[in-house]
Amino acid sequence: MSIIINKDTKLICQGFTGSQGTFHSEQAILYGTKLVGGVTPGKGGSKHLGLPVFNSVQEAVKITNANASVIYVPAKYATNAIHEALDSNLSVIVCITEGIPTLDMIDIKKRINKQGTYFIGPNCPGIITANECKIGIMPGFIHKKGKIGIVSRSGTLTYEAVWQTSEVGLGQTTSVGIGGDPIHGMSFIDCLKLFIEDEETKGILMIGEIGGTAEEEAAEFISSVATPKPIVAFIAGKSAPKGKRMGHAGAIILGNKGSSESKINALEKAGIYVAKSPALLGQTMLEAMQKRNIQI
Amino acid sequence: MNLHEYQAKELLKKFGLPIPNGNYYIENLDNIGKDLDSLNGPPWVVKSQIHAGGRGAGCFLKSINEKGGVQIAQSKEQVVNIANAMLNNTLITKQTGEKGKKVNRIYIEESCLIEKEYYLSLLIDRNSSNLMLMLSESGGIDIEKIVLEDPDKIKKIFFSSLKSFEINNNVKEMLNFDKNQFDQFKDIVSKLCKAFVELDASTIEINPLVLNNAGQLILLDAKINLDDNALFRHPELLNLQDLSEENEMELEAAKNNMSYIKLDGEIGCMVNGAGLAMATMDIIKQFGKEPANFLDLGGTANKERAIKGFKIIQSDPKVKAVFINIFGGIIHCDMIAKGIIEAIKETNFDLPVVVRFQGTNALEGRNIINDSNIDLIAIDDFTEAAKKVVALAI
Repeated sequence: MSIIINKDTKLICQGFTGSQGTFHSEQAILYGTKLVGGVTPGKGGSKHLGLPVFNSVQEAVKITNANASVIYVPAKYATNAIHEALDSNLSVIVCITEGIPTLDMIDIKKRINKQGTYFIGPNCPGIITANECKIGIMPGFIHKKGKIGIVSRSGTLTYEAVWQTSEVGLGQTTSVGIGGDPIHGMSFIDCLKLFIEDEETKGILMIGEIGGTAEEEAAEFISSVATPKPIVAFIAGKSAPKGKRMGHAGAIILGNKGSSESKINALEKAGIYVAKSPALLGQTMLEAMQKRNIQI
Repeated sequence: MNLHEYQAKELLKKFGLPIPNGNYYIENLDNIGKDLDSLNGPPWVVKSQIHAGGRGAGCFLKSINEKGGVQIAQSKEQVVNIANAMLNNTLITKQTGEKGKKVNRIYIEESCLIEKEYYLSLLIDRNSSNLMLMLSESGGIDIEKIVLEDPDKIKKIFFSSLKSFEINNNVKEMLNFDKNQFDQFKDIVSKLCKAFVELDASTIEINPLVLNNAGQLILLDAKINLDDNALFRHPELLNLQDLSEENEMELEAAKNNMSYIKLDGEIGCMVNGAGLAMATMDIIKQFGKEPANFLDLGGTANKERAIKGFKIIQSDPKVKAVFINIFGGIIHCDMIAKGIIEAIKETNFDLPVVVRFQGTNALEGRNIINDSNIDLIAIDDFTEAAKKVVALAI
């Protein structure tokens, strides 16, 4: 088991023939992802990487029976690409694109909620179920099939979490990068719920950062469900100054809102183990598993 | 992107919002006396234009009088004198930090007699994913203070659509408006929301919205922040960027698709990914030193960008050592290694540099670092690398 995607996930790629789409589709195929085709308007009927190219998502879904789409379309056109994917009722949509206007995401978020889509991103590295299915830009080789579910607002810090959990011998079930934008699809809570239900996932690692209150809400959720699974968190940005956007559109402390202190307090209160350093993500997870007497 | 008050007001006037007339001056005050003929007065208000709040309560480096960055002038002569004293002076406010900000632009505005002040702002609420209006009967003062000390004084209204902006009748009582004032208020909110959506703003703040002695509601100050991600559909707004308000190194980085923020410490950081870049700053602090900067090379960094990034870091005179932390994904560590070596040779950089590589081609990258005849320290372990760079920053 795993969450959201597995070896049976049938994926199409929007922005398939572009440089990003091409490179990451090749990597996905090498990893074993069932990529069944792609979409580039105006190039329908041709072949790319040995797979069919379609003019529209609708056509691609009809012919390939895909249930997931990954979007590598440039920001200017990404909003339309997302709406097109939503029109086709795909159950999983992963949007890698960075730089989508926030107001566009308000409309998209309403549709996601209404349709119940597993929408990941935008501005994210994607999602991967170890040894089964890779949708996104993460390096596949650092992942090892194992026991930890990872959910993160970051990109490379997610890789750090993956690599460290692989190093200490825990490995991962699924790793989800939910993205660094203020308005995005799946939240920490959405992913935590799925990881808690997933039998194969024995522990959860959550990587947050300054800005917003998503980590505080996740802490509240964990308090309310009281799962026996150990949860470890890390919050990036302890040293960030107030009022400055730290790279990610959503990583900004406004007034007293979004500070790392507030998040760490809330997480610890909820019984979540907070890693003291970004170098101790794997180690803290391992110790948390031992504390809860979970067989490693 | 931040806008000046006068720019925000010019934009909002186009949406039919009630705003006093005014004239603005950039770097010179030519015709300032003559221009006053077009404005009702005396008195007039002389306003320093900088990208920071708290101007009225601020003070100047070369002191003019006991007053701050917003002053009332009772005569033409006084307008000219105050404006001349403000221009090229440095204004220090609660938000500028102790160094203050140089005043390059001046705005002269018609004055109005204030009966009452309100606070009004529009922003996007991340929790509900809705446009949110924040308002308070206590305007004109530090809203952050009210949020902390008396949060009940602030009312939040959420708009579930970006097309219609209804205001409930209970707001009328909350703000103690009569019918006429409430009608004006509803019109203002509706037009402001329309402006927010059409301009792709990320915040609009009106502090204060005032009721004048003629019973009219007027936007006395206006602050607009635009969504950088949406600027591609507003090429006309790009001209409003005041480059003199931005940090030179931050602009240089942005031009090269990197994200750089200048900080006050002594350890320069070069990292790929915003989350890892913050975490790298955090670990430096944890071991007792301060980061000199935040630098995210971006997801598609290559050798050229590594060179640029390194040059930006080394141009900061406070830097005593550099920590390069790269987790290779799409980025290949060997490529970055070549960039670092080239940059160090070009700039004759002779301070300690600690490099940590993980992920794609980390081993190849480390080999390039170790085989170079430059004194670089490659350490795989995140903690050890951080400790080392902290120890070397002396």
